[in-house]
Amino acid sequence: MTFALLLIGLMMLGSAAWAMLGRNLIHSALLLIASWAGVAGFYLWAGAEFVAFAQVLVYVGAVSMVVLFAVLLTRQNQISATLIEPASRARAATGILTAACVGAIFGAAILSTGFHGAASAGPVSSVKRIGLELMHRNGAALLIVGVILTVALLGATVLAASDSKNSPEDLP
Amino acid sequence: MSPAPDSFLERAPLELRDWAVNLLPAPTQWLAHQLITIVAILAVFGLFFAFTTIAERKLLARLQNRLGPNRTGVPKFSILPWHLKHTLFGLSQPFADAVKAITKEDIVPAAADKVLHYLAPVTVVAFSLMGFAVLPFGRQYIPVELDAALLYFFAAGAATELAIFMAGWSSRNKYSLLAAMRALAQLISYELPLILSVVPIVLVTGTLSTKAIVVDQGFWTFSLLPHWFVFTPWGFAGFIIFLVSALAESNRSPFDLPEAESELIAGHLTEYSGFKYALFFMAEYFGLTALSGLGVTLFLGGWQAPCEFLQFIPSYLWFMMKLIGMIVFFIWVRGTLLRLRIDQLTRLSWQFLVPMALLNLGNAAFWVLSAHWAGPLQLVRWAVSLAIIVVPFVVMGRSLTAGYAPRTYRYAP
Amino acid sequence: MSPLHLCLLISTGLFCIGLAGALARTNTILVLLGIELMLNAANLNFIAFWRFGPSPASANGMIFVVFSIAVAAAEAAVGLALIIAVYRHQKNIRLQDANQLKG
Repeated sequence: MTFALLLIGLMMLGSAAWAMLGRNLIHSALLLIASWAGVAGFYLWAGAEFVAFAQVLVYVGAVSMVVLFAVLLTRQNQISATLIEPASRARAATGILTAACVGAIFGAAILSTGFHGAASAGPVSSVKRIGLELMHRNGAALLIVGVILTVALLGATVLAASDSKNSPEDLP
Repeated sequence: MSPAPDSFLERAPLELRDWAVNLLPAPTQWLAHQLITIVAILAVFGLFFAFTTIAERKLLARLQNRLGPNRTGVPKFSILPWHLKHTLFGLSQPFADAVKAITKEDIVPAAADKVLHYLAPVTVVAFSLMGFAVLPFGRQYIPVELDAALLYFFAAGAATELAIFMAGWSSRNKYSLLAAMRALAQLISYELPLILSVVPIVLVTGTLSTKAIVVDQGFWTFSLLPHWFVFTPWGFAGFIIFLVSALAESNRSPFDLPEAESELIAGHLTEYSGFKYALFFMAEYFGLTALSGLGVTLFLGGWQAPCEFLQFIPSYLWFMMKLIGMIVFFIWVRGTLLRLRIDQLTRLSWQFLVPMALLNLGNAAFWVLSAHWAGPLQLVRWAVSLAIIVVPFVVMGRSLTAGYAPRTYRYAP
Repeated sequence: MSPLHLCLLISTGLFCIGLAGALARTNTILVLLGIELMLNAANLNFIAFWRFGPSPASANGMIFVVFSIAVAAAEAAVGLALIIAVYRHQKNIRLQDANQLKG
């Protein structure tokens, strides 16, 4: 069981690291999609099937499309030039150092805690229970998330729509 | 219950698999069990794909008043003193096509992104095949029994869109890229009506599991009329929306703008040749078969027989017959309707199908809430349910096509 | 080291990779992808605690993750629309160039 977890974790972390370090933006986006699929694999390993399928449907199926469209719509010049300019060394080094420090602090905190009441046989998760809990206790939150999604997507459409008055290439 | 569930024919493939698994030592038995299931599905649906291609070509040909492929027959084996001269009505055409696709030269453009170019057809076939895992082919014939089976199916379908983008991008061809973006726009637009047309089913049955949905349709009125969801007003409307969205999701005519020959060369498949092109083709047919299987499961009663006394026919045969019926219907639609432009298809999806699907959801909610109405009120229930669907359909149809001249037909003399 | 520790360390690793990407890259889209990775790492934590936690019968962990996925998707859409709007103005998506309030 732990071997499967290690394998899934390795795939997740490996593709995420390769994505963040890469030069080609499209390759980074696709590797990140692989990382999201790895996260869905982790959810399956933990027994949360509903969340795993929701992760694949939302992230791999929808957010990836939005990211790829955005990459294609904001290309500077030719098709081959979705390369990333080399970041300034100092900023990159500082960023990685900060992340490493944060990781070290979190790791130390995790390893020094003994979690009690852990390692149960595995919770039972049925879709019916999730549905009932969503509607009974979290009904208000569900409606608010619906409103958030509607407002966010309407706003995104308005932001990204081109204002035809200002673009010079539309003039005859 | 009738004696059908334990009849010999019904259980024969399962008994065969269990016998084969028991021949192996104990530690590998679970692996052998899964592998035999997977190989059986691949074999059955691989052959189904092969015969769908030849059925499509012959049916389209007959619709267009010509014969289809009828030349291929049995190849001549040189060791025999004679050979079968009959052309088998062209039924071995798929195998001839497979040999051609495998032996064709595989041309990869020099500037193409080699890894992505190779991965795209593989990804699309893999995710299309994953949809078959949750379809109940028979009474005890579901490969993976999941609680959230419908969500799994749509998740697998959503991931195939990624492969189309990979194909269009990696070809380093601006026409491929443009066509891939158009194909993605079409797929995203029709994913919404597809999922929304299935939500009424989940509302009425209260479960996402395909097995439970088929079991829920297993009742007959007067032992003669099945309780399939397609025979209810909301089910019928949902089925129509599902059919249209399934046609668009698998890039089939009248929505085959992404891959039609007169559009942007071959769309996102321009730079693919040989077996990779055949793999894309195969993925499209697998996607269509999986969606038809889902439609059969959700709306047409899955493996249930239409009348109670017909249950002696094994359940997997009923599933196959319904599946073949749906595929034949799709081929018929391909030969009949004209191709839609990209703006026409996105307009159809966003301005017509999504509102209709949402109204259908309200319709199904009304149906569930009025289930306890007694006697003559049942007629009122059916009438109101039909009105909720038909009236907006007519009103929206009229208002969306306002200003277009009536269609005139001219027939050949 | 129990499986719970291992899950939490994996999610910490993912969080740090996302943080490093968000801090060190100049391409705005990569910064957004780093933020998405951090959100995913938080979701991993939720599911790890749901799986190995004291009260496995409640579906709270899964429900929170479902909401988190929904909100993260909305935020990604808005962020990318912003990137497209900024690109239309300054013709590149270098994050350090968007440092003026004057449009």
